[in-house]
Amino acid sequence: MSIQIEHLQYVYGAGTVFEKQALRDISLTIPDGQFVGIIGHTGSGKSTLVQHLNGLLRASSGDILVDGESIYQEGYSMKKLRSSVGLVFQYPEYQLFETDVFTDVCFGPKNLGLPKEEIEARARQAMNAVGLDESYDKVSPFELSGGQKRRAAIAGILAMKPKVLILDEPTAGLDPKGRDDILDMLADLHRESGITILLVSHSMEDVAKYVDRIIVMSKGSVLYDDRPAGVFAHWQELEKVGLAAPQVTYIMHELETRGWPAARDVTTVEEAKDAILNALHRK
Amino acid sequence: MKIIKGKDLVYEYIKFTDEGEAEAKVRAVDGVEIEAEPGDFIAILGHNGSGKSTLAKHLNAILTPTEGTLYVDGKDTRDENSLWQIRQTAGMVFQNPDNQIIGTVVDEDVAFGPENMGVPVEELWKRVEKSLRAVGMWEYRSHSPNKLSGGQKQRIAIAGIVAMQPKCIVLDEPTAMLDPVGRREVIRTVMELNRTQHVTVILITHYMEEAILADRVMVMDSGKVILQGTPREVFSKVEFMREHRLDVPQVTQLAWELKRAGLDLPDGILTTEELADALDAIRGGE
Ligand SMILES: Nc1ncnc2c1ncn2[C@@H]1O[C@H](COP(=O)(O)OP(=O)(O)OP(=O)(O)O)[C@@H](O)[C@H]1O
Ligand SMILES: Nc1ncnc2c1ncn2[C@@H]1O[C@H](COP(=O)(O)OP(=O)(O)OP(=O)(O)O)[C@@H](O)[C@H]1O
Ligand SMILES: [Mg+2]
Ligand SMILES: [Mg+2]
Repeated sequence: MSIQIEHLQYVYGAGTVFEKQALRDISLTIPDGQFVGIIGHTGSGKSTLVQHLNGLLRASSGDILVDGESIYQEGYSMKKLRSSVGLVFQYPEYQLFETDVFTDVCFGPKNLGLPKEEIEARARQAMNAVGLDESYDKVSPFELSGGQKRRAAIAGILAMKPKVLILDEPTAGLDPKGRDDILDMLADLHRESGITILLVSHSMEDVAKYVDRIIVMSKGSVLYDDRPAGVFAHWQELEKVGLAAPQVTYIMHELETRGWPAARDVTTVEEAKDAILNALHRK
Repeated sequence: MKIIKGKDLVYEYIKFTDEGEAEAKVRAVDGVEIEAEPGDFIAILGHNGSGKSTLAKHLNAILTPTEGTLYVDGKDTRDENSLWQIRQTAGMVFQNPDNQIIGTVVDEDVAFGPENMGVPVEELWKRVEKSLRAVGMWEYRSHSPNKLSGGQKQRIAIAGIVAMQPKCIVLDEPTAMLDPVGRREVIRTVMELNRTQHVTVILITHYMEEAILADRVMVMDSGKVILQGTPREVFSKVEFMREHRLDVPQVTQLAWELKRAGLDLPDGILTTEELADALDAIRGGE
């Protein structure tokens, strides 16, 4: 499923004293099957942008085309849009409202009108994928720890099997193993089913490791749109807009200033290790 | 006197059936000792559900121990008469800022805590300004907190606690929703309070890089403290940390991988500088 965003603008509270332009003239094309990272300072418009893609917010101006069709044309089914574009919110608490975790995860597929066995099979599979076993079935969402709530919220969306999966900071609050598990699970899902994934994240290390392409937002506009090494080459500019490069990128810069061979494309631990061993002729 | 002194702490959540009968118990904190001197900076790490937030909620008496004792600045947290004083001693910043934002305007929200403590008006607004500046949100003072981004809200919540000038600040994943620079600013703000005003800091985090700044790191697993030491001691144990669902800072991980590949590097490298120095030494010797 491809998404095309054309000259998108969004203003919160138009006409009030709190009027705030959150998105300015955004144009982007996201081809089918890409794994895209979206980074940007707090308040840069990431959540606002992704909430447009499943119709939660309606553009003040501009257009969004899904598989070539404008979602704003008359008669376009928002319900269909929401079943094919799944969004995991930034604060998972808002997404959990059923009496127990299993029922909660069933909510999405149930709304799709699927048969009961299919709903439950999907819910089980989704819970497994996020590391919640059967012992969590009957637990109230309110009794979960922060990280457990997040897993449950992700499972609820996964169970709908969307064609485009958008996750707004899915790993915030997860322990490192949980973070890696979720991201590995997304990478597998992406490889195996070829779905499009948009990952909003504040972890430069994570986006560097997993995505093909990074979109950098700043003050409501797109600042960079490139592969990870291309984006993090701008580390000085990134710092001016609240961001940074992964820690290993800084290590390679430090080594370069100390006379080591330049290795400016390095954004992951694996790449840094290779570059350093190469420089020492240990490879 | 120790500002925090907890012994054999146990906390059990009790689940009730629909009929209101106690059904099951969850031992979220299971025999924890925690001590802090005034001015200590302690980081707490641990897997999801390991009991960090439950322990943290004991420090300002939101929860009281099922077993064991906890003294905060000499006051027993189970003594209801001390509740007010304990809450003034230990300020808490929660995992989700939405739960602690009350005011309809940012500066009023920040003023809420100190005002309730009876801080005189003139002093009150000085404190509000100072703490909003400290978290870089002064320009947003007349905004509505509900309309701020996730990260902005979190900084307002921290300002609200800073304005109360507590002796001890407990931060439960304060940077989870912040961008890299925001994260650095918050940690710097907290460090400054710790270094210049000797505010005791208890920082719960899933960002390993933040824990390297602490004097001491406590690692929790299933309600128990399973490891405790300086950041260097703790992060030297790369495999141990991984086994317990945790990690080490990226630079520590890189050094560890290089060591496994045959380079003669020390354990527990924590900063870029340390790694670069050690690598220079190796390269110079070739
Ligand atoms: N409901 C709202 N009403 C008015 N303004 C809003 C509202 N929600 C967000 N904003 C403003 O719009 C801008 C973009 O917010 P958004 O939540 O999209 O940012 P973000 O990039 O997702 O930030 P974060 O990383 O903190 O989640 C911010 O300046 C924010 O203050
Ligand atoms: N209100 C509650 N009722 C029942 N059980 C609870 C409640 N709150 C937490 N628990 C359980 O207590 C245990 C410890 O939870 P706690 O929130 O302290 O973990 P945590 O270490 O802070 O985790 P996280 O990193 O996910 O925030 C978990 O197993 C959790 O499911
Ligand atoms: Mg957001
Ligand atoms: Mg917690």
